Amino acid sequence: MAYDFNWGVFFEELPGGDTEYWEILLEGVGWTLAVSALAWAIALAVGAVVGTIRTTDRPWLVRLGNAWVELFRNIPLIVQLFLWYFVVPELVPPLKRWAIAADPTTVQFAMAVVGLGLFTSARIAEQVRAGIQSLPRGQRMAAMALGLTTPQAYRHVLLPMAFRIVIPPLTSETMNLIKNSSVALTIGLAELTFRSREMGEYTFHFFEAFTAATLIYVAIAMTANRVMAFIERKVAVPGFIAGGAK
Amino acid sequence: MTKLTRLALALAAALAVSAPALAQELSGTLKKIKDTGAITIGHRESSIPFSYLDDKQQPVGYAMDLCMKIVDAVKAELKMPNLKVNLQPVTSANRIPLLQNGTIDLECGSTTNSVERQKQVSFGPTYFVINVTAAVKKDSGIKSLTDLNGKTISTTAGTTSVPLLKKFEKTAHVDVKEVYAKDHAESFLLMAQGRTAAFIMDDILLAGLIANSDRPGDFVILNESLRQEPYSMMLRKDDPQFKALVDQAVGQVMKSGEIERIYAKWFLSPIPPKGVNLNFAMTPAIKEAFANPNDKGVQ
Repeated sequence: MAYDFNWGVFFEELPGGDTEYWEILLEGVGWTLAVSALAWAIALAVGAVVGTIRTTDRPWLVRLGNAWVELFRNIPLIVQLFLWYFVVPELVPPLKRWAIAADPTTVQFAMAVVGLGLFTSARIAEQVRAGIQSLPRGQRMAAMALGLTTPQAYRHVLLPMAFRIVIPPLTSETMNLIKNSSVALTIGLAELTFRSREMGEYTFHFFEAFTAATLIYVAIAMTANRVMAFIERKVAVPGFIAGGAK
Repeated sequence: MTKLTRLALALAAALAVSAPALAQELSGTLKKIKDTGAITIGHRESSIPFSYLDDKQQPVGYAMDLCMKIVDAVKAELKMPNLKVNLQPVTSANRIPLLQNGTIDLECGSTTNSVERQKQVSFGPTYFVINVTAAVKKDSGIKSLTDLNGKTISTTAGTTSVPLLKKFEKTAHVDVKEVYAKDHAESFLLMAQGRTAAFIMDDILLAGLIANSDRPGDFVILNESLRQEPYSMMLRKDDPQFKALVDQAVGQVMKSGEIERIYAKWFLSPIPPKGVNLNFAMTPAIKEAFANPNDKGVQ
């Protein structure tokens, strides 16, 4: 009753010919990286802004930021992607016209990037807020006492320190985002997990397909981890917290 | 007459001698069933009407009825009238590993019998033959598969429809854009919303989705086929005793004509949970499979 392992299956052709399984897995890796990279850019930009405004003294800005975080953090990612892909176009006619006219892959890619980016932005916003609030209150007061305006205080004193503090949780979030990108398969984007399942369905060699996917995800996540660790070391302020790790 | 009687007696004697001998030398799945006192059947949760959960969350369906005939045969063969029947839900992704590692002994769902899959598992007699074709909206004006040239279609990820479509595009010189959805319901939704022009899938599954939709009259299934595929129950490979029992039990249902009644129950009558009638008459290919039970896989 043992499972019949066959590692040569990666070099077999798909039904229909022309392509081999390792090629479609590689294509899948491409989509995984592309979705992750763009979604990360959106998540970081939006998350930094939302996280920052939640620490200001403007109540309406704080409430807006809180609402953003609660909205995107409290709905499961798989549901958010479903809403972006299936429901939002039904409510916004121009979007639906675009969804019908454009290349289907473009639509899936765009919706996956937006959905994943905004979902992660809520989580990053929470970390940025925590980072800023973890700074000693004296720093903000000292900046004000020096005559800096609020934007200047954030720009030159609070944010540079806060961002250094949040690099470790941000590293986790980056790795989470890469793994979460597999949820894009539910709207049909042919990323790595999608391709692994496809390979399993055709060959019935699920274990081999998912072993490959596992190793590739580990490799990507580890690379992201190393890059972030490198950044952490480069920007460390000697003598300050998070700067000691060498 | 005496000659025939003597022959019959000799045969009966031979059977009487061989039957206990066989029982002693049980192997594979039958031995496992005898030892554990239970048989585990893998079933699907939403493969209507083959194997799915009804309103009481019990697995029912056409394939389940046929598998219960196999269970009856196992009970008779092993003389275990109180054989325990375990039911284990499986998905298209885990059905093979669970069969191979012994979690399930028999899979009763909507599994295509293909030559590729036969390298890993064995199949019982074909109990259904599907056509891979397209469902479109009636008002779309699409009458044939070649009308799909330049259009976008939806299909379900990981199904055999995908490579078939690629092959069709090459041979018929049509250009089609594909959207992959994660399950049949979402593929159908894309077509119903007008996001795609057609949904390419097994005809019986299309019929089930249309019958269960809000406006079944709005959709039509094209009378064309990309390929025919046999469905069958799946069992472990290299297990001649159990395979012979399955072939015998299911073949008997087909030869005796009992299959007609079971077919009518699931494809031509209202079925649970909503009481919808699929109205899916037997195709010539299905009649052929019943007349000549076989386990030939599709290439």
